[in-house]
Amino acid sequence: MTEVVEAQRIDHTDHEAAANDRVMFGFWVYLMTDLLMFAVLFAVYAVLHGNTAGGPSGSALFSQPQALAETLLLLTSSFTCGIGMIAARKGNKSQVLAWFGLTFLLGLAFLGLEIKEFAEFIHEGHTLSSSAFLSSFFTLVGTHGIHITSGLLWMGITLGFIIKRGLNQPLVRKLALLSLFWHFLDIVWIFIFSIVYLMAFV
Amino acid sequence: MKEFLIGKLSLESLPHEWFTLGGTVFFGLLTVAVIVLLTVTKRWKWLWKEWLTSVDPKKIGIMYFIVAGFMLIARGGLEALMMWLQQALGASNMPGALGATHGYLSADHFQQIFTAHGNIMVFFVAMGFIFGLINYIVPLQIGARDLASPFLNTLGFWLYVAGVVMVNMFFVFGGQYAATGWLAVAPLSGTQFSPGVGMDYWIWSLQISGVGTTLGAINFIMTILKMRAPGMTLWKMPAFTWGSLCSMIMAVTVFPLLTATIFLVFFDRYFGTHFFTTTLGGDPMMYTNLIWMWGHPEVYILVLPAYGVFSEIVSTFSRKPLASYTSNILGMIGVSLFALSVWLHHFFTMGAGADVNAFFGVMTMCIAIPTTVLVFTWIATMYKGRIRFTTPMLWFLGFIAVFTLGGITGVMLAIPPADFQFHNSLFLVAHFHSNVIGGVLFGVFAGISYWFPKIAGFRLNERIGKYAFWCWMIGFSLSFIPMYILGLMGATRRLDTYDASTGWQPFYVLMLIGGIIIAIGVALQIVQIIASVIEKKRLRDITGDPWDGRSLEWATASPPAPYNFTTIPQAATRDTFWEMKKQSLPKVAYEDIRMPKNTASGIYISIFAFLLGFGFVWHISWLIVVSMVGILACIITRTFNDHTESTIPAAEVERLEIARREKLQHEHNVSADKPTHLDMDADMGLREFIKIAVVWAWNVVRHKQ
Repeated sequence: MTEVVEAQRIDHTDHEAAANDRVMFGFWVYLMTDLLMFAVLFAVYAVLHGNTAGGPSGSALFSQPQALAETLLLLTSSFTCGIGMIAARKGNKSQVLAWFGLTFLLGLAFLGLEIKEFAEFIHEGHTLSSSAFLSSFFTLVGTHGIHITSGLLWMGITLGFIIKRGLNQPLVRKLALLSLFWHFLDIVWIFIFSIVYLMAFV
Repeated sequence: MKEFLIGKLSLESLPHEWFTLGGTVFFGLLTVAVIVLLTVTKRWKWLWKEWLTSVDPKKIGIMYFIVAGFMLIARGGLEALMMWLQQALGASNMPGALGATHGYLSADHFQQIFTAHGNIMVFFVAMGFIFGLINYIVPLQIGARDLASPFLNTLGFWLYVAGVVMVNMFFVFGGQYAATGWLAVAPLSGTQFSPGVGMDYWIWSLQISGVGTTLGAINFIMTILKMRAPGMTLWKMPAFTWGSLCSMIMAVTVFPLLTATIFLVFFDRYFGTHFFTTTLGGDPMMYTNLIWMWGHPEVYILVLPAYGVFSEIVSTFSRKPLASYTSNILGMIGVSLFALSVWLHHFFTMGAGADVNAFFGVMTMCIAIPTTVLVFTWIATMYKGRIRFTTPMLWFLGFIAVFTLGGITGVMLAIPPADFQFHNSLFLVAHFHSNVIGGVLFGVFAGISYWFPKIAGFRLNERIGKYAFWCWMIGFSLSFIPMYILGLMGATRRLDTYDASTGWQPFYVLMLIGGIIIAIGVALQIVQIIASVIEKKRLRDITGDPWDGRSLEWATASPPAPYNFTTIPQAATRDTFWEMKKQSLPKVAYEDIRMPKNTASGIYISIFAFLLGFGFVWHISWLIVVSMVGILACIITRTFNDHTESTIPAAEVERLEIARREKLQHEHNVSADKPTHLDMDADMGLREFIKIAVVWAWNVVRHKQ
């Protein structure tokens, strides 16, 4: 009798492990599809970035310190997210909350800076309908910003559930997916930083 | 206030032209009929529990067939006939009717019809059928009980349904669809040239169903790569599963491009950006590039699973393993790879320059190589085989003929200098119809008639099926061979009228006649299904293996239990089931089976997605906000729900299996004296069907009196 129970228990964990494995794989595939959406936006930016229609170009608009600050914030948040994930694997709830909380704040600060930048441009009369260059700029960087926003939302809700339900297996898996997503957004930002901001000053 | 509540909606948006009124009345009556039927038979709960919220890929597959079949007949096919009728009547010396200058459709209405025809046939008919087949068959072929993410699958299906509803929505609100051609080229699709809501309906019906396709494709890649039966390596996978895998990998590669591109069109229209406009630096040609980067691979996404269907059929009905399996699979992989680098052949005339045109021309010709390899493996499979000319096999043979014609003309079109002549002519239209009708649609029909016994538990009537096939073949030839000739004579596509002195009218009339014969073929297919239901006891598939099949889907009952297999099979060889049949069957040991629970989350998310699109079409801000919050709330409640599975205990599985076997045994005893299900000559013909139908109708009338 105990053997049967034992066999079923092993079967059960196998089932869970296989499901975990599938979800992780599927999420990677999803990230690739998202990356392809960004690829289109990058290509569009590459084609249109010179079409300023008499308006300002990137070098006239962008502020280097601002872009650097955003980059440092996001890179640091990726680091804290990684540390938080190590804590999650160890099952240390308070550390998870602390590190992911920090990640959340860094992400929020990044988003704040980006909104400030957009608001300044719009205030100066450079909106997304001013020129093809600005359309592609706002769309590319804004899409990344929307991703960051949804990442923050996801993080906030997951942390809420961790406080309520404790650090159970499904929630650790959710954190693992979230950290994949967060690092992915970091990589996309590196490209935005190089192609949009740095190349404007070359 | 009014603008806040209902945006740009007004009384004028309600239907008031004959075709929108007709559509509204048709869809209204249909809805009323369905509601009455469900209420009278008390089936609401059954429908919701057994079908709509089901996560069983077999049920979702059947729902895909129903929606796609409905769209084929009620929209896509009807529109084809309407266009042919217009063109047959559209010569300049003929008087117009119904207020039109030529023919019976106004130029604008004609444009909307050809746009809708293209969108519906590609997105809602072909994609629907292909996803239906993949849903039903792939899990069975790889020996899996369910999918990697059943939830993503139902979500994908319901987003597809939301797209279907959106594409029909203009009948009720707005009265117009996009008049831009199926790919809505820029800058024609911008607000400057297409100010109406028709274009917005285009955007949102494609956007919503496109996201559904991406999600569905991710799910099937996970399923095929991670859930195959033990022992089934990639090189032992059945050809249909291989075709589906290639197709789904291409779908996740290019559908994100479509989603991003449609978002940009939407931004141009809604936020006044300048991506594809002619002013302030926009680049309309970029749109053409982006949309065809998705558009060309899309036709291969449709045809690759069809290739797989044909590989299964030709091998089963020749009683031979697929000839040179490796070449066949490599052929499909080759097609998938090449297909990603040929998109520019759709616009050689754009002026990209000789080098670029030459590269894409050569790549396009190269794609003929793996395709030819495929055709040769199929022909070699028949060589020295014991061929049975069943309906699926006939569809296959018809496919070889039509598809080869389409392939050869495709190579002609791939030559850039020649393409300057063929571009936008009816020659091109005839070419791609040879491929999508001959390849995709024949593939779907072949697949459905081949797997029908598995799906329904009884096979289809062979006699009437063959009539339907011949109607399609003859009708197709009559409508599309004149189209090739017309193209060479200089007729361009999308003409609602033409000068009578061109002498084109007889060809257009021939095309119309061909279209009517195809319509008769479709009617016969419906008759075929009804006749099979009438005779279903005799046609019953008791063994689960009516065709003497080779792959795992035939190893289980017809129709399969919700869990597909009582024990997960071991796949030792390529034609697994063929080998299994030679050995004695292993003794069945029942086990607990974990299955996903039903969920309505996919339906709710799709309803909100539809409302979101509707809000954007009509600029209703509060609706947009509410739907976005709704989608988010649904996703959160679903993803943080940890109890999505339930267990069927082994004893319950045993009880179900025994009950099913006893039922079959009973039916078998009852029909023991009648001919077996494989006796195709005993199938009823048309005359007998009409006799039964008349007697039935007479009985109904007499009963009433």
